[in-house]
Amino acid sequence: MANSSSTTTNIPAVATRRVVLGIKEAADLEEPELPSESMPLNMGPSHPAMHGTVRMVMEVEGEKITSADVQVGYLHRCFEKESENATYTQIFPYTDRLNYVSPMLNNVGYALAVERLLDIHDKVPERAQYIRIIVGEISRICDHLTCLGAGAMELGAFTPFLYNLKFREWFWELLEEISGARLTHSYVRIGGVSADMPEGWGDKVLDVIRRGREVLVEVDKLLTRNRIFRDRMDGIGIITKHDCTQYGITGPMARSAGLAYDVRKDHPYIGYDRFDFDVPIGAVGDNFDRFAVRVEEMHQSMRIIEQALEQVKPGPVLLADPRIVLPPKTETYNSIEAMIAHFKLIMDGIRVPAGEVYSFTEGGNGELGFYIVSDGTGRPWKCRVRPPSFANTAILPKLLVGLFLADVVPTFGMVNMIGGECDR
Amino acid sequence: MAQIILDRLKHAFAGGEIIETGSQHGNEWARIRPDAWAQVALFLRDDPATQLDMFVDLTCVDRYGREPRFDVVLHLYSVDRKHRVRLYAGVSEDDPTIATLVPVWAGADWFEREAFDLYGVRFLGHPDLRRILMYPEFVGHPLRKDYPKEKRQPLVRRESGKVD
Repeated sequence: MANSSSTTTNIPAVATRRVVLGIKEAADLEEPELPSESMPLNMGPSHPAMHGTVRMVMEVEGEKITSADVQVGYLHRCFEKESENATYTQIFPYTDRLNYVSPMLNNVGYALAVERLLDIHDKVPERAQYIRIIVGEISRICDHLTCLGAGAMELGAFTPFLYNLKFREWFWELLEEISGARLTHSYVRIGGVSADMPEGWGDKVLDVIRRGREVLVEVDKLLTRNRIFRDRMDGIGIITKHDCTQYGITGPMARSAGLAYDVRKDHPYIGYDRFDFDVPIGAVGDNFDRFAVRVEEMHQSMRIIEQALEQVKPGPVLLADPRIVLPPKTETYNSIEAMIAHFKLIMDGIRVPAGEVYSFTEGGNGELGFYIVSDGTGRPWKCRVRPPSFANTAILPKLLVGLFLADVVPTFGMVNMIGGECDR
Repeated sequence: MAQIILDRLKHAFAGGEIIETGSQHGNEWARIRPDAWAQVALFLRDDPATQLDMFVDLTCVDRYGREPRFDVVLHLYSVDRKHRVRLYAGVSEDDPTIATLVPVWAGADWFEREAFDLYGVRFLGHPDLRRILMYPEFVGHPLRKDYPKEKRQPLVRRESGKVD
Protein backbone atom coordinates (compact mmCIF):
# COMPACT_ATOMS: atom_id res chain seq x y z
CA MET A 1 0.00 0.00 0.00
CA ALA A 2 2.80 2.37 0.87
CA ASN A 3 4.38 1.76 -2.53
CA SER A 4 1.25 2.40 -4.54
CA SER A 5 0.50 5.59 -2.73
CA SER A 6 3.90 6.90 -3.62
CA THR A 7 3.53 6.09 -7.34
CA THR A 8 -0.06 7.37 -7.97
CA THR A 9 0.11 10.63 -6.20
CA ASN A 10 -2.84 12.28 -7.94
CA ILE A 11 -5.55 10.43 -6.04
CA PRO A 12 -5.55 10.51 -2.24
CA ALA A 13 -5.59 7.10 -0.63
CA VAL A 14 -8.88 7.63 1.16
CA ALA A 15 -10.72 8.73 -1.93
CA THR A 16 -9.46 5.67 -3.88
CA ARG A 17 -10.71 3.36 -1.23
CA ARG A 18 -14.10 4.96 -1.31
CA VAL A 19 -14.41 4.76 -5.06
CA VAL A 20 -13.29 1.15 -5.23
CA LEU A 21 -15.15 -0.28 -2.26
CA GLY A 22 -18.09 2.06 -2.01
CA ILE A 23 -17.41 2.66 1.65
CA LYS A 24 -18.76 5.80 3.16
CA GLU A 25 -17.16 7.64 6.00
CA ALA A 26 -19.26 8.02 9.10
CA ALA A 27 -19.13 11.76 8.64
CA ASP A 28 -20.68 11.42 5.22
CA LEU A 29 -23.61 9.39 6.54
CA GLU A 30 -24.67 12.12 8.92
CA GLU A 31 -26.26 14.43 6.47
CA PRO A 32 -27.22 17.41 8.54
CA GLU A 33 -29.57 18.80 5.90
CA LEU A 34 -32.34 16.18 5.49
CA PRO A 35 -35.40 17.68 3.84
CA SER A 36 -37.57 18.63 6.76
CA GLU A 37 -40.83 19.66 5.10
CA SER A 38 -43.75 17.25 5.28
CA MET A 39 -44.79 15.21 2.31
CA PRO A 40 -48.28 14.63 0.90
CA LEU A 41 -49.08 10.97 0.49
CA ASN A 42 -52.03 9.51 -1.33
CA MET A 43 -53.53 6.13 -0.44
CA GLY A 44 -56.31 4.70 -2.55
CA PRO A 45 -58.98 4.82 -3.88
CA SER A 46 -57.87 1.41 -5.11
CA HIS A 47 -55.08 0.23 -2.91
CA PRO A 48 -54.24 -3.40 -2.11
CA ALA A 49 -54.17 -2.66 1.59
CA MET A 50 -57.34 -0.63 1.60
CA HIS A 51 -60.35 -2.32 3.02
CA GLY A 52 -62.65 -0.70 0.49
CA THR A 53 -62.68 1.91 -2.20
CA VAL A 54 -61.71 4.99 -0.28
CA ARG A 55 -59.04 7.60 -0.74
CA MET A 56 -56.85 9.07 1.93
CA VAL A 57 -54.75 12.13 1.30
CA MET A 58 -52.29 12.34 4.12
CA GLU A 59 -49.55 14.68 5.12
CA VAL A 60 -46.61 12.74 6.53
CA GLU A 61 -43.53 13.84 8.34
CA GLY A 62 -41.21 10.91 8.00
CA GLU A 63 -43.52 8.07 9.01
CA LYS A 64 -45.79 10.17 11.20
CA ILE A 65 -49.13 11.36 9.89
CA THR A 66 -49.71 15.02 10.58
CA SER A 67 -53.01 15.45 8.79
CA ALA A 68 -55.40 13.18 6.95
CA ASP A 69 -58.30 13.78 4.61
CA VAL A 70 -60.46 10.71 4.13
CA GLN A 71 -62.49 10.90 0.94
CA VAL A 72 -65.44 8.58 0.62
CA GLY A 73 -68.11 8.41 -2.05
CA TYR A 74 -66.48 6.23 -4.68
CA LEU A 75 -69.22 3.64 -4.28
CA HIS A 76 -72.14 6.06 -4.32
CA ARG A 77 -74.97 4.38 -6.19
CA CYS A 78 -77.84 6.81 -5.51
CA PHE A 79 -79.62 4.51 -3.09
CA GLU A 80 -82.01 7.24 -1.97
CA LYS A 81 -82.78 8.53 -5.44
CA GLU A 82 -83.47 5.03 -6.73
CA SER A 83 -85.59 4.24 -3.68
CA GLU A 84 -87.78 7.28 -4.20
CA ASN A 85 -88.67 5.84 -7.59
CA ALA A 86 -89.18 2.24 -6.50
CA THR A 87 -92.04 0.53 -4.74
CA TYR A 88 -91.48 -0.45 -1.13
CA THR A 89 -90.89 -4.06 -2.15
CA GLN A 90 -88.43 -3.14 -4.87
CA ILE A 91 -86.15 -1.48 -2.35
CA PHE A 92 -85.15 -4.81 -0.75
CA PRO A 93 -82.52 -5.62 -3.40
CA TYR A 94 -81.01 -2.17 -2.88
CA THR A 95 -80.73 -2.76 0.86
CA ASP A 96 -78.88 -6.01 0.14
CA ARG A 97 -76.18 -3.95 -1.44
CA LEU A 98 -75.73 -1.49 1.41
CA ASN A 99 -73.68 -3.62 3.72
CA TYR A 100 -73.03 -6.44 1.32
CA VAL A 101 -71.34 -8.53 4.00
CA SER A 102 -74.49 -8.78 6.09
CA PRO A 103 -77.43 -8.25 3.73
CA MET A 104 -79.93 -10.01 5.97
CA LEU A 105 -79.50 -7.40 8.70
CA ASN A 106 -80.23 -4.62 6.21
CA ASN A 107 -83.27 -6.51 4.91
CA VAL A 108 -84.61 -6.84 8.43
CA GLY A 109 -83.87 -3.23 9.34
CA TYR A 110 -85.67 -1.91 6.31
CA ALA A 111 -88.65 -4.25 6.68
CA LEU A 112 -89.11 -3.17 10.30
CA ALA A 113 -89.18 0.50 9.32
CA VAL A 114 -91.92 -0.06 6.73
CA GLU A 115 -93.84 -2.27 9.13
CA ARG A 116 -93.78 0.51 11.70
CA LEU A 117 -95.25 2.87 9.11
CA LEU A 118 -97.91 0.30 8.22
CA ASP A 119 -98.56 -0.33 11.92
CA ILE A 120 -98.20 -4.06 11.49
CA HIS A 121 -94.96 -4.45 13.43
CA ASP A 122 -96.68 -6.41 16.20
CA LYS A 123 -98.76 -8.52 13.81
CA VAL A 124 -95.89 -10.17 11.93
CA PRO A 125 -95.96 -13.93 12.65
CA GLU A 126 -93.71 -15.03 15.46
CA ARG A 127 -91.98 -17.69 13.41
CA ALA A 128 -91.00 -15.06 10.84
CA GLN A 129 -89.46 -12.94 13.59
CA TYR A 130 -87.47 -15.93 14.83
CA ILE A 131 -86.22 -16.67 11.33
CA ARG A 132 -85.27 -13.02 10.93
CA ILE A 133 -83.24 -13.21 14.12
CA ILE A 134 -81.53 -16.43 13.05
CA VAL A 135 -80.56 -15.26 9.58
CA GLY A 136 -79.67 -11.84 10.95
CA GLU A 137 -77.30 -13.26 13.54
CA ILE A 138 -75.77 -15.54 10.92
CA SER A 139 -75.18 -12.43 8.84
CA ARG A 140 -73.61 -10.66 11.77
CA ILE A 141 -71.18 -13.53 12.28
CA CYS A 142 -70.31 -13.42 8.58
CA ASP A 143 -69.75 -9.68 8.82
CA HIS A 144 -67.37 -10.02 11.76
CA LEU A 145 -65.59 -13.00 10.17
CA THR A 146 -64.89 -10.96 7.06
CA CYS A 147 -63.75 -7.93 9.02
CA LEU A 148 -61.40 -9.87 11.28
CA GLY A 149 -60.10 -12.17 8.56
CA ALA A 150 -59.35 -9.32 6.19
CA GLY A 151 -57.91 -7.26 9.01
CA ALA A 152 -55.51 -10.05 9.92
CA MET A 153 -54.60 -10.65 6.30
CA GLU A 154 -53.69 -7.02 5.81
CA LEU A 155 -51.21 -7.45 8.65
CA GLY A 156 -49.66 -10.45 6.94
CA ALA A 157 -51.56 -13.24 8.68
CA PHE A 158 -53.04 -14.98 5.70
CA THR A 159 -54.11 -18.24 7.34
CA PRO A 160 -56.79 -16.80 9.66
CA PHE A 161 -58.30 -15.11 6.64
CA LEU A 162 -58.67 -18.45 4.87
CA TYR A 163 -60.05 -20.13 7.99
CA ASN A 164 -62.57 -17.33 8.53
CA LEU A 165 -63.69 -17.40 4.94
CA LYS A 166 -64.10 -21.15 5.09
CA PHE A 167 -66.38 -20.70 8.07
CA ARG A 168 -68.25 -17.88 6.37
CA GLU A 169 -68.75 -20.06 3.31
CA TRP A 170 -70.50 -22.73 5.40
CA PHE A 171 -72.95 -20.11 6.58
CA TRP A 172 -73.41 -18.66 3.13
CA GLU A 173 -74.28 -22.08 1.80
CA LEU A 174 -77.02 -22.26 4.40
CA LEU A 175 -78.25 -18.77 3.58
CA GLU A 176 -78.28 -19.78 -0.05
CA GLU A 177 -80.36 -22.80 0.87
CA ILE A 178 -82.94 -20.71 2.70
CA SER A 179 -83.06 -17.70 0.36
CA GLY A 180 -81.84 -18.92 -3.01
CA ALA A 181 -79.00 -16.45 -3.28
CA ARG A 182 -75.52 -16.71 -1.89
CA LEU A 183 -74.77 -13.05 -1.31
CA THR A 184 -77.66 -10.71 -2.08
CA HIS A 185 -80.48 -12.58 -0.47
CA SER A 186 -83.53 -10.24 -0.66
CA TYR A 187 -85.05 -12.82 1.64
CA VAL A 188 -87.10 -10.69 4.01
CA ARG A 189 -90.50 -9.34 2.99
CA ILE A 190 -92.70 -6.67 4.47
CA GLY A 191 -94.82 -8.73 6.83
CA GLY A 192 -92.49 -11.69 7.23
CA VAL A 193 -89.96 -13.63 5.22
CA SER A 194 -90.28 -15.02 1.72
CA ALA A 195 -89.97 -18.72 2.58
CA ASP A 196 -89.91 -20.99 5.58
CA MET A 197 -86.80 -22.78 6.76
CA PRO A 198 -86.18 -25.88 4.65
CA GLU A 199 -86.50 -29.29 6.25
CA GLY A 200 -83.54 -30.04 8.48
CA TRP A 201 -82.04 -26.57 8.00
CA GLY A 202 -81.88 -25.85 11.70
CA ASP A 203 -79.79 -28.93 12.36
CA LYS A 204 -77.38 -27.86 9.64
CA VAL A 205 -77.05 -24.46 11.29
CA LEU A 206 -76.26 -26.11 14.61
CA ASP A 207 -73.68 -28.30 12.91
CA VAL A 208 -72.01 -25.27 11.31
CA ILE A 209 -71.95 -23.51 14.67
CA ARG A 210 -70.27 -26.54 16.23
CA ARG A 211 -67.62 -26.63 13.51
CA GLY A 212 -67.35 -22.86 13.51
CA ARG A 213 -66.48 -22.75 17.18
CA GLU A 214 -63.48 -24.95 16.39
CA VAL A 215 -62.44 -22.55 13.64
CA LEU A 216 -62.66 -19.64 16.05
CA VAL A 217 -60.44 -21.51 18.51
CA GLU A 218 -57.88 -22.08 15.79
CA VAL A 219 -57.97 -18.44 14.70
CA ASP A 220 -57.74 -17.37 18.30
CA LYS A 221 -54.58 -19.45 18.73
CA LEU A 222 -53.07 -17.87 15.65
CA LEU A 223 -53.83 -14.26 16.48
CA THR A 224 -54.64 -13.43 20.06
CA ARG A 225 -51.19 -14.20 21.46
CA ASN A 226 -49.34 -13.51 18.25
CA ARG A 227 -46.60 -11.03 19.01
CA ILE A 228 -46.58 -9.38 15.58
CA PHE A 229 -50.35 -9.07 15.51
CA ARG A 230 -50.55 -7.66 19.03
CA ASP A 231 -47.74 -5.19 18.45
CA ARG A 232 -49.63 -3.70 15.56
CA MET A 233 -53.01 -3.67 17.27
CA ASP A 234 -52.39 -2.81 20.92
CA GLY A 235 -52.73 0.79 21.95
CA ILE A 236 -53.24 2.03 18.41
CA GLY A 237 -56.20 4.08 17.28
CA ILE A 238 -57.66 4.69 20.72
CA ILE A 239 -61.12 6.25 20.87
CA THR A 240 -63.01 7.32 23.96
CA LYS A 241 -66.67 7.25 24.93
CA HIS A 242 -66.79 10.98 24.33
CA ASP A 243 -65.57 10.45 20.76
CA CYS A 244 -68.35 7.93 20.23
CA THR A 245 -71.14 10.27 21.27
CA GLN A 246 -69.57 13.19 19.43
CA TYR A 247 -69.29 11.29 16.18
CA GLY A 248 -72.29 9.01 16.54
CA ILE A 249 -70.09 5.93 16.62
CA THR A 250 -72.07 2.80 17.45
CA GLY A 251 -71.73 -0.95 17.24
CA PRO A 252 -68.56 -2.92 18.00
CA MET A 253 -66.47 0.21 17.65
CA ALA A 254 -68.36 2.07 20.38
CA ARG A 255 -68.48 -1.01 22.57
CA SER A 256 -64.71 -1.38 22.30
CA ALA A 257 -64.45 2.07 23.86
CA GLY A 258 -66.63 0.98 26.77
CA LEU A 259 -69.90 2.45 25.55
CA ALA A 260 -72.25 -0.47 26.18
CA TYR A 261 -74.86 0.52 23.63
CA ASP A 262 -76.40 -2.35 21.72
CA VAL A 263 -79.81 -1.81 20.16
CA ARG A 264 -80.66 -5.47 20.70
CA LYS A 265 -80.20 -5.00 24.45
CA ASP A 266 -81.25 -1.39 25.00
CA HIS A 267 -84.24 -1.29 22.66
CA PRO A 268 -85.13 -4.93 21.98
CA TYR A 269 -86.94 -5.48 18.72
CA ILE A 270 -88.50 -8.57 17.10
CA GLY A 271 -88.10 -10.41 20.38
CA TYR A 272 -84.42 -10.06 21.19
CA ASP A 273 -85.42 -9.71 24.83
CA ARG A 274 -86.28 -13.43 24.86
CA PHE A 275 -82.66 -14.45 24.57
CA ASP A 276 -79.88 -14.68 27.05
CA PHE A 277 -76.81 -13.00 25.63
CA ASP A 278 -74.09 -10.63 26.75
CA VAL A 279 -72.83 -7.40 25.28
CA PRO A 280 -69.02 -7.44 25.35
CA ILE A 281 -67.27 -4.13 25.90
CA GLY A 282 -63.63 -3.16 25.68
CA ALA A 283 -61.50 -1.37 28.24
CA VAL A 284 -59.04 0.60 26.14
CA GLY A 285 -60.80 1.38 22.88
CA ASP A 286 -57.84 0.48 20.70
CA ASN A 287 -57.68 -1.71 17.63
CA PHE A 288 -57.21 -4.87 19.61
CA ASP A 289 -60.33 -4.15 21.66
CA ARG A 290 -62.31 -3.77 18.47
CA PHE A 291 -60.93 -7.11 17.36
CA ALA A 292 -61.71 -8.80 20.68
CA VAL A 293 -65.21 -7.35 20.91
CA ARG A 294 -66.05 -8.71 17.48
CA VAL A 295 -64.73 -12.17 18.36
CA GLU A 296 -66.87 -12.26 21.47
CA GLU A 297 -69.90 -10.98 19.61
CA MET A 298 -69.67 -13.92 17.25
CA HIS A 299 -69.86 -16.27 20.21
CA GLN A 300 -72.85 -14.37 21.57
CA SER A 301 -74.58 -14.46 18.20
CA MET A 302 -74.13 -18.22 18.10
CA ARG A 303 -75.76 -18.43 21.51
CA ILE A 304 -78.71 -16.42 20.23
CA ILE A 305 -79.08 -18.67 17.17
CA GLU A 306 -79.04 -21.79 19.32
CA GLN A 307 -81.71 -20.41 21.64
CA ALA A 308 -83.82 -19.21 18.74
CA LEU A 309 -83.69 -22.59 17.02
CA GLU A 310 -84.76 -24.20 20.25
CA GLN A 311 -87.66 -21.80 20.86
CA VAL A 312 -89.03 -21.45 17.35
CA LYS A 313 -92.47 -23.00 16.84
CA PRO A 314 -94.20 -24.00 13.64
CA GLY A 315 -96.52 -21.50 12.05
CA PRO A 316 -96.90 -19.11 9.14
CA VAL A 317 -93.92 -17.02 8.09
CA LEU A 318 -95.79 -14.29 6.27
CA LEU A 319 -98.59 -12.01 7.31
CA ALA A 320 -101.97 -12.93 5.80
CA ASP A 321 -102.94 -9.45 4.61
CA PRO A 322 -103.78 -9.17 0.91
CA ARG A 323 -103.04 -5.43 0.92
CA ILE A 324 -99.44 -6.05 1.89
CA VAL A 325 -98.45 -9.57 0.96
CA LEU A 326 -98.61 -11.19 -2.46
CA PRO A 327 -101.12 -14.05 -2.74
CA PRO A 328 -99.71 -17.57 -3.06
CA LYS A 329 -98.60 -18.41 -6.60
CA THR A 330 -101.15 -21.20 -7.01
CA GLU A 331 -103.98 -18.74 -6.33
CA THR A 332 -102.46 -16.07 -8.55
CA TYR A 333 -102.56 -18.45 -11.47
CA ASN A 334 -105.95 -19.94 -10.70
CA SER A 335 -108.22 -17.12 -9.54
CA ILE A 336 -108.93 -13.73 -11.03
CA GLU A 337 -109.11 -12.00 -7.63
CA ALA A 338 -105.66 -13.14 -6.63
CA MET A 339 -104.35 -12.24 -10.08
CA ILE A 340 -105.70 -8.69 -9.73
CA ALA A 341 -104.31 -8.38 -6.21
CA HIS A 342 -100.94 -9.58 -7.45
CA PHE A 343 -100.99 -7.11 -10.33
CA LYS A 344 -101.94 -4.18 -8.13
CA LEU A 345 -99.27 -4.97 -5.58
CA ILE A 346 -96.58 -5.28 -8.23
CA MET A 347 -97.57 -2.22 -10.25
CA ASP A 348 -98.70 0.21 -7.55
CA GLY A 349 -96.76 -1.17 -4.64
CA ILE A 350 -97.85 -1.45 -1.05
CA ARG A 351 -99.87 1.60 -0.01
CA VAL A 352 -98.13 2.96 3.03
CA PRO A 353 -100.05 5.59 5.02
CA ALA A 354 -98.50 9.05 5.05
CA GLY A 355 -96.12 9.54 7.93
CA GLU A 356 -92.53 9.50 9.01
CA VAL A 357 -90.61 6.98 11.00
CA TYR A 358 -87.07 6.48 12.19
CA SER A 359 -86.54 2.80 12.86
CA PHE A 360 -83.22 1.49 14.07
CA THR A 361 -81.68 -1.93 14.47
CA GLU A 362 -78.28 -3.28 15.35
CA GLY A 363 -76.43 -3.75 12.09
CA GLY A 364 -73.05 -5.36 11.62
CA ASN A 365 -71.23 -2.11 12.35
CA GLY A 366 -73.65 -0.31 14.59
CA GLU A 367 -76.99 1.39 14.64
CA LEU A 368 -78.54 0.90 11.23
CA GLY A 369 -81.36 3.40 10.96
CA PHE A 370 -84.01 3.84 8.30
CA TYR A 371 -85.74 7.19 8.18
CA ILE A 372 -88.67 6.85 5.82
CA VAL A 373 -91.04 9.63 4.80
CA SER A 374 -94.20 8.35 3.18
CA ASP A 375 -96.69 10.48 1.30
CA GLY A 376 -99.33 7.78 1.18
CA THR A 377 -98.44 6.32 -2.21
CA GLY A 378 -96.74 3.06 -3.08
CA ARG A 379 -93.32 4.69 -3.29
CA PRO A 380 -91.48 6.42 -0.46
CA TRP A 381 -91.08 10.18 -0.59
CA LYS A 382 -87.75 9.73 1.09
CA CYS A 383 -85.93 6.59 2.18
CA ARG A 384 -82.88 7.53 4.15
CA VAL A 385 -80.38 5.07 5.58
CA ARG A 386 -78.49 6.10 8.63
CA PRO A 387 -75.30 4.22 7.79
CA PRO A 388 -73.20 3.16 10.77
CA SER A 389 -70.08 2.94 8.62
CA PHE A 390 -70.39 6.56 7.59
CA ALA A 391 -70.41 7.80 11.16
CA ASN A 392 -67.66 5.38 12.18
CA THR A 393 -65.43 6.43 9.29
CA ALA A 394 -65.96 10.12 9.98
CA ILE A 395 -63.63 9.94 12.97
CA LEU A 396 -60.73 8.60 10.88
CA PRO A 397 -59.29 11.99 9.91
CA LYS A 398 -58.92 12.72 13.60
CA LEU A 399 -57.90 9.20 14.58
CA LEU A 400 -55.07 8.88 12.08
CA VAL A 401 -53.24 12.05 13.05
CA GLY A 402 -50.21 11.16 15.13
CA LEU A 403 -50.14 7.53 14.05
CA PHE A 404 -47.46 5.95 11.90
CA LEU A 405 -48.20 5.22 8.29
CA ALA A 406 -48.17 1.48 8.98
CA ASP A 407 -50.93 1.96 11.57
CA VAL A 408 -53.37 3.12 8.92
CA VAL A 409 -53.94 -0.43 7.73
CA PRO A 410 -54.99 -2.05 11.05
CA THR A 411 -56.89 1.05 12.18
CA PHE A 412 -58.85 1.28 8.98
CA GLY A 413 -59.42 -2.47 9.01
CA MET A 414 -60.90 -2.43 12.50
CA VAL A 415 -63.12 0.57 11.76
CA ASN A 416 -64.51 -1.79 9.12
CA MET A 417 -65.81 0.74 6.69
CA ILE A 418 -68.09 -0.99 4.22
CA GLY A 419 -68.07 1.06 1.05
CA GLY A 420 -71.55 0.07 -0.05
CA GLU A 421 -73.06 1.22 3.20
CA CYS A 422 -70.89 4.27 3.75
CA ASP A 423 -71.38 5.68 0.26
CA ARG A 424 -74.82 4.20 -0.49
CA MET B 1 -91.72 7.78 25.99
CA ALA B 2 -89.58 10.76 25.41
CA GLN B 3 -92.23 13.34 26.15
CA ILE B 4 -89.90 14.81 28.75
CA ILE B 5 -87.66 16.14 25.99
CA LEU B 6 -90.51 18.01 24.36
CA ASP B 7 -91.67 19.34 27.73
CA ARG B 8 -88.18 20.56 28.58
CA LEU B 9 -87.88 22.21 25.19
CA LYS B 10 -91.18 24.03 25.51
CA HIS B 11 -90.27 25.09 29.02
CA ALA B 12 -86.79 26.36 28.17
CA PHE B 13 -87.69 28.07 24.90
CA ALA B 14 -90.87 30.01 25.45
CA GLY B 15 -90.11 32.70 22.90
CA GLY B 16 -91.55 30.86 19.94
CA GLU B 17 -88.38 28.95 19.09
CA ILE B 18 -90.32 25.69 19.27
CA ILE B 19 -92.90 25.91 16.54
CA GLU B 20 -94.60 22.55 16.91
CA THR B 21 -94.08 19.24 18.65
CA GLY B 22 -95.60 15.84 18.20
CA SER B 23 -95.22 12.11 18.34
CA GLN B 24 -95.69 9.55 15.60
CA HIS B 25 -94.90 5.84 15.40
CA GLY B 26 -93.08 6.09 18.71
CA ASN B 27 -90.83 8.93 17.55
CA GLU B 28 -91.04 12.29 19.32
CA TRP B 29 -90.34 15.27 17.13
CA ALA B 30 -90.11 19.04 17.39
CA ARG B 31 -90.01 21.74 14.77
CA ILE B 32 -87.47 24.41 15.61
CA ARG B 33 -87.26 27.95 14.31
CA PRO B 34 -84.16 27.87 12.09
CA ASP B 35 -82.43 30.78 13.81
CA ALA B 36 -82.49 28.88 17.12
CA TRP B 37 -81.19 25.63 15.59
CA ALA B 38 -77.71 25.49 17.12
CA GLN B 39 -78.90 26.96 20.38
CA VAL B 40 -81.59 24.30 20.85
CA ALA B 41 -79.14 21.55 19.89
CA LEU B 42 -76.63 22.74 22.46
CA PHE B 43 -79.35 22.93 25.10
CA LEU B 44 -80.54 19.38 24.43
CA ARG B 45 -77.00 18.07 24.62
CA ASP B 46 -76.15 19.69 27.94
CA ASP B 47 -79.45 19.79 29.79
CA PRO B 48 -79.33 17.23 32.61
CA ALA B 49 -82.94 16.19 32.00
CA THR B 50 -82.52 15.46 28.29
CA GLN B 51 -78.82 14.51 28.02
CA LEU B 52 -79.10 13.94 24.29
CA ASP B 53 -75.37 13.55 24.01
CA MET B 54 -75.17 11.25 21.02
CA PHE B 55 -75.33 12.57 17.50
CA VAL B 56 -77.23 10.03 15.42
CA ASP B 57 -78.17 11.41 12.05
CA LEU B 58 -78.57 14.59 10.09
CA THR B 59 -80.27 14.76 6.73
CA CYS B 60 -82.69 16.82 4.68
CA VAL B 61 -86.16 16.30 3.28
CA ASP B 62 -87.25 18.09 0.13
CA ARG B 63 -90.94 18.99 0.70
CA TYR B 64 -91.33 20.09 -2.88
CA GLY B 65 -94.18 22.54 -3.24
CA ARG B 66 -94.19 23.60 0.37
CA GLU B 67 -92.65 26.73 1.77
CA PRO B 68 -90.07 26.56 3.26
CA ARG B 69 -89.09 23.85 0.83
CA PHE B 70 -86.45 21.94 2.78
CA ASP B 71 -86.42 20.45 6.22
CA VAL B 72 -83.13 19.80 7.91
CA VAL B 73 -83.73 16.71 10.06
CA LEU B 74 -81.64 15.86 13.09
CA HIS B 75 -81.85 12.68 15.16
CA LEU B 76 -80.39 12.61 18.66
CA TYR B 77 -80.05 9.91 21.26
CA SER B 78 -79.24 9.83 24.95
CA VAL B 79 -76.95 7.00 25.95
CA ASP B 80 -77.80 7.27 29.64
CA ARG B 81 -81.52 7.98 29.42
CA LYS B 82 -82.09 5.82 26.36
CA HIS B 83 -84.47 8.22 24.71
CA ARG B 84 -84.29 10.01 21.39
CA VAL B 85 -85.81 12.88 19.51
CA ARG B 86 -86.10 14.19 15.98
CA LEU B 87 -85.75 17.88 15.21
CA TYR B 88 -86.81 19.72 12.08
CA ALA B 89 -85.86 23.14 10.86
CA GLY B 90 -87.37 24.61 7.72
CA VAL B 91 -85.00 26.08 5.14
CA SER B 92 -86.23 28.06 2.16
CA GLU B 93 -85.18 27.44 -1.41
CA ASP B 94 -84.07 31.05 -2.00
CA ASP B 95 -81.77 31.11 0.97
CA PRO B 96 -80.95 27.52 1.92
CA THR B 97 -78.76 28.25 4.91
CA ILE B 98 -78.75 27.17 8.53
CA ALA B 99 -76.21 27.24 11.34
CA THR B 100 -73.74 24.38 11.52
CA LEU B 101 -73.77 21.91 14.39
CA VAL B 102 -70.09 20.99 14.12
CA PRO B 103 -69.20 22.93 17.30
CA VAL B 104 -71.85 20.92 19.17
CA TRP B 105 -71.10 17.50 17.67
CA ALA B 106 -67.92 16.97 15.69
CA GLY B 107 -69.65 14.15 13.86
CA ALA B 108 -72.05 16.58 12.22
CA ASP B 109 -69.19 17.45 9.87
CA TRP B 110 -69.66 14.65 7.34
CA PHE B 111 -73.43 14.54 7.65
CA GLU B 112 -73.71 18.25 6.91
CA ARG B 113 -71.37 17.87 3.97
CA GLU B 114 -73.65 15.14 2.67
CA ALA B 115 -76.77 17.28 3.11
CA PHE B 116 -75.01 20.10 1.28
CA ASP B 117 -73.89 17.76 -1.45
CA LEU B 118 -77.24 16.13 -2.11
CA TYR B 119 -79.69 18.93 -1.24
CA GLY B 120 -77.69 22.13 -1.56
CA VAL B 121 -78.38 23.32 1.97
CA ARG B 122 -75.44 25.40 3.18
CA PHE B 123 -74.35 25.17 6.79
CA LEU B 124 -73.02 28.51 7.97
CA GLY B 125 -69.79 28.20 9.91
CA HIS B 126 -69.00 24.70 8.71
CA PRO B 127 -65.21 24.31 8.62
CA ASP B 128 -64.95 22.44 5.33
CA LEU B 129 -68.19 22.46 3.36
CA ARG B 130 -67.46 20.56 0.15
CA ARG B 131 -69.06 17.64 -1.65
CA ILE B 132 -68.57 14.24 -0.07
CA LEU B 133 -70.45 11.59 -2.05
CA MET B 134 -70.53 13.21 -5.48
CA TYR B 135 -67.43 14.35 -7.32
CA PRO B 136 -66.36 18.00 -7.21
CA GLU B 137 -67.22 18.59 -10.87
CA PHE B 138 -70.85 17.57 -10.33
CA VAL B 139 -73.40 20.28 -11.10
CA GLY B 140 -76.59 20.49 -9.06
CA HIS B 141 -77.91 18.58 -6.07
CA PRO B 142 -79.20 15.13 -7.01
CA LEU B 143 -81.68 14.46 -4.20
CA ARG B 144 -83.71 17.57 -4.89
CA LYS B 145 -87.05 16.51 -6.28
CA ASP B 146 -86.56 18.63 -9.40
CA TYR B 147 -83.34 16.85 -10.30
CA PRO B 148 -84.43 14.28 -12.91
CA LYS B 149 -83.59 10.71 -12.02
CA GLU B 150 -82.54 9.96 -15.58
CA LYS B 151 -80.12 12.87 -15.84
CA ARG B 152 -76.55 11.80 -16.39
CA GLN B 153 -73.37 13.71 -15.75
CA PRO B 154 -70.58 11.47 -16.95
CA LEU B 155 -67.21 12.49 -15.61
CA VAL B 156 -65.35 12.69 -18.92
CA ARG B 157 -62.72 15.26 -19.66
CA ARG B 158 -63.67 17.16 -22.82
CA GLU B 159 -61.57 19.46 -24.96
CA SER B 160 -63.31 22.50 -23.59
CA GLY B 161 -62.84 21.25 -20.05
CA LYS B 162 -66.59 21.45 -19.53
CA VAL B 163 -68.94 18.67 -18.63
CA ASP B 164 -72.44 18.78 -20.05
